[in-house]
Amino acid sequence: MLLQVQNLRVSYDGIRALHGVDFNIDAGEIVTIIGANGAGKSTTLRAISHLVQVEPGSRITMEGRDLLKLPADQVVSRLGISHVPEGRRLFGNLTVLENLQLATFARHDSAAVKKDLKRVFATFERLAERKDQKAGTLSGGEQQMLAVGRALMSGRRLMLLDEPSMGLSPLLMSRVFESLKEINREGTTILLVEQNARMALKFAQRGYLLENGEIVRHGPTERLLNDPEVKKAYLGG
Amino acid sequence: MTYFLQNLVNALQWGSFYALIALGYSMVYSILMLFNFAHGDIFMVGAYIGFGVASALVAFNSLGLVVLPGWLLLVLTILVSMLLTSFVGMLVERIGYRPLRDAPRASAAITGLMIGIILETGNLALLGAQRVRLPTMIQSVTYDLGGVFITNKKIMIVLVSLGLMLTLHQFVRRTKWGMAMRAMAYDYAVVPLMGVPLNKIAAMTFAIGSALAAAAGILYGVAYPVLDPYMGIVFGWKAFVAAILGGRGSIMGACLAGFLLGFIEIFVTMVFPSTLRDLIAYGIIMLILVFRPHGFFGEAYSARLRL
Ligand SMILES: Nc1ncnc2c1ncn2[C@@H]1O[C@H](COP(=O)(O)OP(=O)(O)OP(=O)(O)O)[C@@H](O)[C@H]1O
Ligand SMILES: [Mg+2]
Repeated sequence: MLLQVQNLRVSYDGIRALHGVDFNIDAGEIVTIIGANGAGKSTTLRAISHLVQVEPGSRITMEGRDLLKLPADQVVSRLGISHVPEGRRLFGNLTVLENLQLATFARHDSAAVKKDLKRVFATFERLAERKDQKAGTLSGGEQQMLAVGRALMSGRRLMLLDEPSMGLSPLLMSRVFESLKEINREGTTILLVEQNARMALKFAQRGYLLENGEIVRHGPTERLLNDPEVKKAYLGG
Repeated sequence: MTYFLQNLVNALQWGSFYALIALGYSMVYSILMLFNFAHGDIFMVGAYIGFGVASALVAFNSLGLVVLPGWLLLVLTILVSMLLTSFVGMLVERIGYRPLRDAPRASAAITGLMIGIILETGNLALLGAQRVRLPTMIQSVTYDLGGVFITNKKIMIVLVSLGLMLTLHQFVRRTKWGMAMRAMAYDYAVVPLMGVPLNKIAAMTFAIGSALAAAAGILYGVAYPVLDPYMGIVFGWKAFVAAILGGRGSIMGACLAGFLLGFIEIFVTMVFPSTLRDLIAYGIIMLILVFRPHGFFGEAYSARLRL
């Protein structure tokens, strides 16, 4: 088991957003968490990246190691967990290239870094053309590509993706998802959070359904796609 | 005209002091959104450390343990003192500010003022009330450029300051640590997602700011050798004004505003009695801020997000 999350509880200002969430991911898998607005999907990812404080009793382990004991930057640099946060959160004052370079801050394998950079530019040619442009001036779709590219540079064991399809045209969306499939084939495990449940379930192998901070269903995605309740609530009948 | 040029040189010298100190305020503000109100006293500590280092070096020299020319003594004094003072800055960050990272900004400001008092009174306790003199390391040489008298010290002070500013500029533009600083200024919360240790960058920023303040302290001591434990207060506030005037968090702005401050102060005394200098000079700056509340290069950092 690559990542194991047990009894995850998170509160914002005393209001609980996650009420003891359990799930796990095996190496090489694509897993998705779907749910309505405010269900707690982003909060789950933030807890893994230490962007929010978890409550006592929560457990998150990566290959048996207690992830919560590591400082936030080492979750990335030592465990290889990268995170494409909700809303992209690029550094708009840095250039495209600098955004990608910053993501390799703790990496010392400069040959591999170069190779990864080449691959990001090969996948997203638009970024290569605009590498010296400030990230803040990119179009929405280009920004999303850069957000995914940045995650590719920082860690390749497990990638946490928070709504990567947001704001993308259908064509670009399929491009991004194609490249994610390829990244997965090369060995990166993916945890995908999406509002677009149909697309997420088609893309992933296993899924978890999050409702009001609790996992209410989980299983292989074919089963969830055919589940009448899921169909009715999340797939538009 | 020669009178004007003469004052221009003086203005550049004073501007150098303000600019070097203002940089520390600006850098810390841009990455941590706090004003380190102990920074003026770090300038004082830097000058005193310079006094200690220079005295030791000069003593070694006169004992014949080392035989170094005066300019090399000065260079060594500046470098060693910058290094030592950077540790003081890191200590202040670690003990004073890191525990307050998520506390209201007012708590951090009060802490800064208290650290300042500790540094001043600590110095008094350590060295007593009498003032100390920075040993003379280079002899003054005055050049007469068509009626404008310029000393080698003034030229040195301005050139060294400009060199340090350019070095900092390159560091922030070109290195990955500088890149991390710029990223922190833009969106602090997501920087750890890049594998960047926030605490190290914060400590480094304090270290750099303190080292620059130490350089300012020693350069000041070269021009005006008598040091006292409260010398950092007025300098600290004026440099803080320069940091605000330059635009919060802007390196370029802090430098320019530091020099502008020097110019305004010196040129006010060309026209008015020197007792009115600060009153008029800072009146002018207040007027500028009324029309440009964000300073020269200040962005309204309202878009700063927190997760
Ligand atoms: N910074 C915050 N402060 C207070 N409450 C928050 C904060 N962030 C999230 N919440 C609350 O926590 C709950 C879960 O939010 P979360 O962002 O995890 O939802 P989500 O499933 O990602 O929703 P969406 O699909 O809209 O992105 C919501 O009720 C939200 O209002
Ligand atoms: Mg969300």
